[in-house]
Amino acid sequence: MSETRFTKDHEWIKIEGKIGTVGITQFAQSQLGDIVFVEVPAAGKAVKSGGEAAVVESVKAASEVYSPVSGTVKEGNAALPDAPETVNQDPEGAGWFFKIEMSDAKELEGLMDKAAYDKYLAELA
Amino acid sequence: MPDAAADSLKTTPLEALHVSLGAKMVPFAGYNMPVQYPLGVLKEHLHTREQAGLFDVSHMGQGTLVGADVDAALETLVPGDIKGLKPGQIRYTLLLNENGGIIDDLMVTRVSDDTLYLVVNAACKDGDFAHIASKLKGRVTLTRHEDAALLALQGPTAAKVLAKFIPAAANMGFMSSRIDSFEDVPVRLFRSGYTGEDGYEISIPNAAATTVANALLAEPGVQAIGLGARDSLRLEAGLCLYGSDIDTTTTPSEAALNWVIGARRRAEGGFPGAAKIQGEIKNGAGKKRVGIKPLGKAPARGHTEIQDGQGNRIGEITSGGFGPSFNGPVAMGYVDSKFAKVGTPLALIVRGQPLPAEVAALPFVPHRYFK
Repeated sequence: MSETRFTKDHEWIKIEGKIGTVGITQFAQSQLGDIVFVEVPAAGKAVKSGGEAAVVESVKAASEVYSPVSGTVKEGNAALPDAPETVNQDPEGAGWFFKIEMSDAKELEGLMDKAAYDKYLAELA
Repeated sequence: MPDAAADSLKTTPLEALHVSLGAKMVPFAGYNMPVQYPLGVLKEHLHTREQAGLFDVSHMGQGTLVGADVDAALETLVPGDIKGLKPGQIRYTLLLNENGGIIDDLMVTRVSDDTLYLVVNAACKDGDFAHIASKLKGRVTLTRHEDAALLALQGPTAAKVLAKFIPAAANMGFMSSRIDSFEDVPVRLFRSGYTGEDGYEISIPNAAATTVANALLAEPGVQAIGLGARDSLRLEAGLCLYGSDIDTTTTPSEAALNWVIGARRRAEGGFPGAAKIQGEIKNGAGKKRVGIKPLGKAPARGHTEIQDGQGNRIGEITSGGFGPSFNGPVAMGYVDSKFAKVGTPLALIVRGQPLPAEVAALPFVPHRYFK
C-alpha cells in the first residue's frame, strides 16, 4: 500500500512503509520549463524536512528541491543527470529524484494529500 | 492575470498577439513582455538557429538625431567612427561617461549627411535620450520614435522569408539599413540582430505592427520567440547584455570591446574617458571579459564567483546558463587579466563547491552573418 503527499513547494513524496520516493510535480516542471541539469543527493546523506536535497535547472534558472521529510537518502535517481529531460516528460514517475528513509513519520501529517494539493493549485491560478 | 504590478507595466503594440499565441508574459525593463511561447525556451532557441524566429523588441528605444554636424556631435559621446559612416551603414557603438564607463550600447545608422538613426536598450532609453539631448543641446535635434514598433526576424531562413515581401531585403549587406515598404506599410530595415544569425530588425509604425508580425508568422518556418531564447542565443553568440556584462563600471577595454574604437578615434580621442581608454588600449586593462566554459554539466549563473586554482577570487560571472545549440553550459564574465588567456583553468563556486571551468574563445557558436 502506498500514498502520495505534496508540499507547498511542489514536491511529491510517495510513501511505502518507511521509505519515501521524492520528486517534483507536474505543475512544478511546467513552471520550470525545459530542464537541462539535475543534481541528486548521494545515498547516506542526511536531510531535514524543508532542507535542500537536490538541484534542478532550466535554461533560465536554478531551483532547489526540498525534502518533504527528514531522514537519510537511500538512493538518488542515477538516470537523471544524463537525462534531465525525464523530469519534464514524466515528473511524477521516471523523473523521481531520490528515495529517503524517513526518521519521523509524523512529519507526513503536515503535508497535503492529492485533493488538498489540487485545491492549493487552483488557488494559485 | 492582471494585477497591480502588471497594470503599471507598459505594453508594446503586439501585446494582444503575444497573449493570443499563449506567451508567458513577464515584466522586463518596465514592459510586459513574452519570455516564452508554448514551444518553450529550448526549442525556440534551436528553431531560430535552424529556421527563423520573430522577436518583439518594440521596448527598445528608437530616435532620430538631426544636425548640420550631427556625426561630429555624436562622436563627442561615443568612441566609434560616426563621421566615416556611409548613408545606410550601421555601426555598433557605446555611450561613455567621463570615466570611460559604458552608459549603454547602441546601434547608430547614418540616414543622410545630417541625420542619424539610433536604437538603444529599453532599460536605458530615457536616460540615454536625456543624456544625448542635454550634452548635444543646440547642435542637434533629437526626436524619439515612440510611435514605432521594432521586430527582429533572425535565423538562416530570415532573408528568404523577408524577400517575399521586400525583394531588396535579400541583397542588403550585413550592418546596412534601408527604407522600404512591407505591403503598404513604410518600414526601416536593418540587417542586424542579437542572435549571431543572419537576420533583420524592422521598424514599423505601431498601428501596422500586428499586421506585419502576423504576415511573417504565417510564413513556413517562422516561429514567435520570447526573451528567454533571445538571451540564450546572444550568450552563445558572445554578445553583451547591458546591465549584466557591461555597465558604467566597465570600460570598453575591460569589456573586450576595443574593436568598436576605430584607428582614427584611438589616435584622436575626443570621446568621454578618452585618456583612460587610450591608456588601456595601449597597456591593457586590469580585468577582462572572457568566455567561460564550465567543464561539467552544471550551469554557472550570473554573479558566480570565479577563483584561480589556489582559492583566490579572480572575478565573477556576468552571464551564464545552458547553451541549447552548444549543448552544454556556457558563460561569460570578468577575470583578472592575468587569467584571460583561452584555456586558462578556473574554478567556479556553485552552491559552495568549486566546479572546474576554463577560459573559452567567444563566440561559443560561430556567427553566421550575411556576407
